[in-house]
Amino acid sequence: MVSREVYALTGGLAPLMPSIEVSQLKRRPPSDEKITWQWLPFTSSARKDDLQLYHWARVVNGVPPTGDYSFAKYNKSVDVIRYTDEEYEKYLTDPTWTKEETDQLFDFCERFDLRFIIIADRFPTSRTVEELKDRYYSVSRAILIARAPSPGEVAGHPLVKEPYNVSQETERKRALSMVLSQTKHQERKDAEVIAEAKRIAESRMAAQGVEEPDLPVTSDIGPENAEKAIGHGDTISPSNVHVPSAAVAPSTSILADNTSTLASLRMLWVYLRTYALEQMVQAASSSAGLRTIKRVEQTLQDLGVNLKPKVPTKAVCAEHLELRKEILTLLNLQKQLQYKEAEGSSFRDGSYGDMPGTPKRSLRAADQDRTFVPDTISFGGERVGKREQKRKGPGRVAETPSSPAHKRPRKLKASDL
Amino acid sequence: MINSSSSKKHGTDQQEISGPTAKSQRAQMGKPEESENKKRLKDVEISVPIVFGNAAFWLGKKASDYQSHKWTVYVRGATNEDLSVVVKRAVFQLHSSFNNPTRVVESAPFELSESGWGEFEIAITLYFHSDVCEKPLNLFHHLKLYPEDESGPMSTKKPVVVEFYDEIVFTEPSESFLARVQNHPAVTFPRLPAGFTLPPPDESKRNRGDTKDHPLSQWFLNFSEADELLQLAAARQQVQAHIAKLRRQISMIDGQNQQLKPPSDQ
Repeated sequence: MVSREVYALTGGLAPLMPSIEVSQLKRRPPSDEKITWQWLPFTSSARKDDLQLYHWARVVNGVPPTGDYSFAKYNKSVDVIRYTDEEYEKYLTDPTWTKEETDQLFDFCERFDLRFIIIADRFPTSRTVEELKDRYYSVSRAILIARAPSPGEVAGHPLVKEPYNVSQETERKRALSMVLSQTKHQERKDAEVIAEAKRIAESRMAAQGVEEPDLPVTSDIGPENAEKAIGHGDTISPSNVHVPSAAVAPSTSILADNTSTLASLRMLWVYLRTYALEQMVQAASSSAGLRTIKRVEQTLQDLGVNLKPKVPTKAVCAEHLELRKEILTLLNLQKQLQYKEAEGSSFRDGSYGDMPGTPKRSLRAADQDRTFVPDTISFGGERVGKREQKRKGPGRVAETPSSPAHKRPRKLKASDL
Repeated sequence: MINSSSSKKHGTDQQEISGPTAKSQRAQMGKPEESENKKRLKDVEISVPIVFGNAAFWLGKKASDYQSHKWTVYVRGATNEDLSVVVKRAVFQLHSSFNNPTRVVESAPFELSESGWGEFEIAITLYFHSDVCEKPLNLFHHLKLYPEDESGPMSTKKPVVVEFYDEIVFTEPSESFLARVQNHPAVTFPRLPAGFTLPPPDESKRNRGDTKDHPLSQWFLNFSEADELLQLAAARQQVQAHIAKLRRQISMIDGQNQQLKPPSDQ
């Protein structure tokens, strides 16, 4: 039984549409034809022999159905061009392929309808799919051109027009498998970079209304290089694993965001500091959902910090931005902690044993630390809530769980700092 | 550190100059003055701290239905210095119910006074001198006439004042711009690349367009970054402490979880 929240996380249920037209369910009035079903023999043009099989056939007014077996039309095959030995000697020899191998390849191609994965599997000598494809397509292409009365006649043929490109294909498949095997973390970072690139393109279009003819070239290089740098440089495992060092993983992507935002700002020639801060904040939170952003803002309020600085000097804006990023890191870590705790208790067969030094407890251990309380309700639903109730300590007013969903703890006062 | 572009340093005022740009080389060869003007410093920014907003006086007994307040919307230097060193003119776009809603102010102080009853958004467009920036900048200010505390009595003596601090940032300033504004108090001058020199500024051309003795100056608000910086620093410290704590807890839990993992999972 999956909880509602998990459903929402995984994209939710698609709305159901009726697959059957309701009107069609009415009883059809009986037609004036007499329909019977008979067990009759049939043949199929798709067969090379004249085997007779039997099936139920719909007989209308005593007349059995005529025509070929209705599924025979699906018996299609690929037109594999076969070459003569003469043609082979003249046009098709290749240092890396023997005639026997090439013959065998073409046999397989015909037999397996160009299903190269299967062909590669059964091929006696070990060849990659790309090599087989390359040989097949280049031979077919050469034959076509050789047999054509003039080159112009076949220029439009797909085999001629778009020759198979081995290196491109190999590269494409490699890239595809890389994308497929990406970690969630990498996926997120790529999305960030793409979002940033999109924003740069948009602000570039906005800036293009300006008379200034020469746009600095380096800003073009900026986002692409940042993208590449992330791709190559980021081989360290994400912060999901217990990394005691500083927040390395998240900051690399945020660095890239900042760099590209700076680049796009530079192209505006003139802008307001508050606008720049807005852009940087957006860039830093591009991977965060709306709820996370709201939590960041709530945290800022709890800390007594203005959501928008009252005196947005360069220094203040820089500090503000850093603070927001640090809060994001904090929230991520809290979530991580919750995941791990959930993991831990699931290992213990769902029993909620008291663990020494429970994180939630020690977070609120000292009075001074009661700055802001993490929103423990939002994830894990009932389970986390239950654990909280068990652990209510002395003098601890129910700050979180028993209260409904998102009741906020009391606002931080200046005296608390 | 990610190498995004050759001359970029992250965050702080960058100081590298990229040498004579292609632009200056392509500029008319026979006119050294013009190519000087067009030479821009990459990775250097000039900022002008400003304050904009409005002051509104209730007209009290003299108030009518349509003219209950007399107000002034303005853009001033944050320390009341003369903005006309960078700003050529300011255009205030008022509500369409005003006659000639587009008001152009050609000199400092860049302000506009009117009387009315309604609060609305005013679009302020700042046009800069040609050596500063050819693109105008838009500010938006919501005119405020009525005090926050609606229950209190309205005074004809004390105006309702709403001000916002911001900074105009100019990227890649031209050399002539830099030369002109050096030592001008309205401008936050950047640190120039090492060895870079500018001709001395022409002090004689300066007008007195500052707002230090402005009639409204007694109501102007003070904006000091010190308080906000302190606040932010304190907040950051707290957050950093929490982060460290969470990290410790996470690694502890990881250790515990490792031991608890059922054998099939390992």
